[in-house]
Amino acid sequence: MKPAKTWLARIAGVLLAFAALNGAQAASDKTLRAVVHADLKILDPTWTTTYITNRYGYLVYDTLFALNSKFEPRPQMVDTYSVSDDKLTYSFTLRKGMTFHDGQPVRAADCVASLKHWVVRDMMGQMLAKVTADYEVVDDLTFRLKLKEPYGLVIDTLGKPATPAFIMPERIASKPATEQITESIGSGPFMMKRDEWRPGNKAVFVKFANYIPRSEPPDYMSGGKIVKLDRVEWLYIPDNNTTLSALMAGEIDYFEAPPLDFIKLLQENSDIKVLNIDKLGVQFVLRPNFLAPPFDNFKGRQALLYLVNQEEVMQAAVGNPDLYLKFCGAYFLCNSANETQIGSEPMRKPDYAKAKQLLTEAGYKGEKIVLLLPTDRPQYAAAVTVLGAALRKAGIAVDMQSADWSTISVRRARKDPIDKGGYHIFITTQGGPDTASPVANTWFGSGCDKANPGWPCDPELEPLVTAWTRETDAAKKHELVEKIQARGYVSVPYIPYGQFFQPIAFRSNIKGVLESGQPVYWNIEKQ
Amino acid sequence: MLGFIIRRVLATIPVMLVVALVVFLLLHLSPGDPAAIIAGDNGTQEDIERIRATLGLDRPLVLQFFTWIFDLLQGDLGVSVYNKVKVTTLIAQRMQPTLSLAVFTMVFAVSLAVPIGILAAWKVGTWVDHAIMGFAVIAFSCPVFLIGYGLVFEFARKWKILPVQGFTPIEQGIGPFLSHLVLPALALGLVYMALLSRMTRSTMREVLGEDYIRTARAKGLDERAVLLRHALRNASVPIVTTIGLGIALLIGGVVVTESVFAIPGIGRLTIEAVTQRDYPVIQGVILVASMVYVLVNLAIDLAYGLLDPRIRY
Repeated sequence: MKPAKTWLARIAGVLLAFAALNGAQAASDKTLRAVVHADLKILDPTWTTTYITNRYGYLVYDTLFALNSKFEPRPQMVDTYSVSDDKLTYSFTLRKGMTFHDGQPVRAADCVASLKHWVVRDMMGQMLAKVTADYEVVDDLTFRLKLKEPYGLVIDTLGKPATPAFIMPERIASKPATEQITESIGSGPFMMKRDEWRPGNKAVFVKFANYIPRSEPPDYMSGGKIVKLDRVEWLYIPDNNTTLSALMAGEIDYFEAPPLDFIKLLQENSDIKVLNIDKLGVQFVLRPNFLAPPFDNFKGRQALLYLVNQEEVMQAAVGNPDLYLKFCGAYFLCNSANETQIGSEPMRKPDYAKAKQLLTEAGYKGEKIVLLLPTDRPQYAAAVTVLGAALRKAGIAVDMQSADWSTISVRRARKDPIDKGGYHIFITTQGGPDTASPVANTWFGSGCDKANPGWPCDPELEPLVTAWTRETDAAKKHELVEKIQARGYVSVPYIPYGQFFQPIAFRSNIKGVLESGQPVYWNIEKQ
Repeated sequence: MLGFIIRRVLATIPVMLVVALVVFLLLHLSPGDPAAIIAGDNGTQEDIERIRATLGLDRPLVLQFFTWIFDLLQGDLGVSVYNKVKVTTLIAQRMQPTLSLAVFTMVFAVSLAVPIGILAAWKVGTWVDHAIMGFAVIAFSCPVFLIGYGLVFEFARKWKILPVQGFTPIEQGIGPFLSHLVLPALALGLVYMALLSRMTRSTMREVLGEDYIRTARAKGLDERAVLLRHALRNASVPIVTTIGLGIALLIGGVVVTESVFAIPGIGRLTIEAVTQRDYPVIQGVILVASMVYVLVNLAIDLAYGLLDPRIRY
């Protein structure tokens, strides 16, 4: 054989060997390889509001209640519960036989300790704590929650899906609220393999063999959590192009948050399925700074309503018209039980002259409006750019100040005047059932200094929200929602700047993916 | 020689202290706050203040610096503000992928660049020389991520003979270990190979014009001996210098390559720590990288003595 042919034969041999190795690696098994939207860094679900830690929580821990697809809280760890006639005592009995990952039984005392730990951190938990008189452990499986006054959101609070009340062993939950929990001992359907955790790269969860699922079929976040996989590997791949290639090549099974630009490409691939598991979707929040003139005046904030063109925002930020609503004027999300369009009329069609007039009445004198533009969040950047163009059309001077999100998240929390690093407007997003609740929608909260950055302040809004929390009649509650939203469009804590959907993508041999609002890993099987 | 090594090692101490001070000040004086990131987008101001206090970020900067230096002098680089894992553990976890990629890249680049550089110098002015130098210009001009995506498309998605991404430790089998390194090393190594081949060519050309080369040829030595024994040995000092300087290029390139190929190495650890403002991790990684750079330079200085008998310390 000639030397050139020999070399070609050798190269071909090496390539074939690599191809064989690669094929062996991609072999099917009961391990789900999922690329998640962020790196799992924090293992304490009460320490942070980040979605990734919340999702970790649902693998490792369980909750007393969980929402069904009608957004009603259903018993999860709880077997039965009752409410006293005076609505001041809630009695909960746990399901029998539940154990933690360390083999210890789940007791009522664990639940009480977990609730006490959680209510310090969570906003809805804090509201529950305000009306709580005491907890009482009756026996190993039963505990009571005693209230100072009737409160209509006890079960909703215990079943909230974002930063929920995860149940931990008493010895862990008893730690002070200032101390970050670093253990991963829950009673959830999966156990974390701490020895395989590589921050920045991989987190591994294996089936918890002693988990006892409920007998009902899975429904949103409630029902039986039947695990059909042996192992779930969370991979963190920061580059979306690489993740896309890995999914198409079959190296991974599940892509939790494919960029919306990729959706059409993925839909065209017969080996891949695209599914929207969250019918509520994600809401853009356009937040004016209540401390910065002219937005310290309600007319200044109302002026922004006349600059809104949600479809234009969605075209820029999302692109694919199948993935957004052309218009949604509901503060508490379209498709939710609290949807109402009351008060949103000014946002239906831009009126630049009206916007300019309201701004002038609010004291605007031609100064530059500072918009914070996050360079590393393309969707936010697109929305800010559309807003900047609308402001300019209305004859408003705009100063777009770019920075990475980390910098903006610090800057937005500073109350400095504009000439000392302050700002007028920033944009963020929120989603899920919490957004749909007037009390859990943190960006709607208008408690002045205690509110989120932007510090909305409306003494008339807070009593309406409090009345909603106390009301137990569904029809009256909805009337209150309408009043709350109508008032919201007067004081304008923020502007709902559009609603879109973030589907997931997975290989077509993956079955049983639930439309649970957020990715969960029970009921999934790999064929 | 021993005295030289001791002097050089001791000289690294003030260098490292200056690096430590500059890194600390740059990080803490630049905008960004890990507490805000930990709290999450929906975290309240109260959450942020609580986390900041727990992390000790509300203490005076001078106090934070001296606490860090005090711990550093005891070999403690601290813990990540996010996952509470020791920085030394995080760096150790990331060392194998980065070292494997760096070594694989270096071996690939040097073993190809030096021969083709010699060939180009030997065949100077011919089509072989033009082809090699043309390839070098293209390889040097292409961004690493572009080469990376191109290789992934061709070899992983189209031909399916190599994996798209990831890293398999060597203890899980030599085959998967190597197969995961081929594409990243190729992407990263091409730039490095281009630089080194051009340097080899120009140095060799210079040496090949020397009188002693003419003498070697005149006394009837075969061309291979002239090139490798006489010319290459004398040209090797600048080549070795370029290899050493290329370590810096490699460190920069590793960041991009590790991101494109999802290799959990030091480069990605650095990027993630910077974007998340994980101060102890950034400080630790930069100190270790600086130390590596100083040691590589020391190794190169020592190599000069081996390659050129005239150089003695």
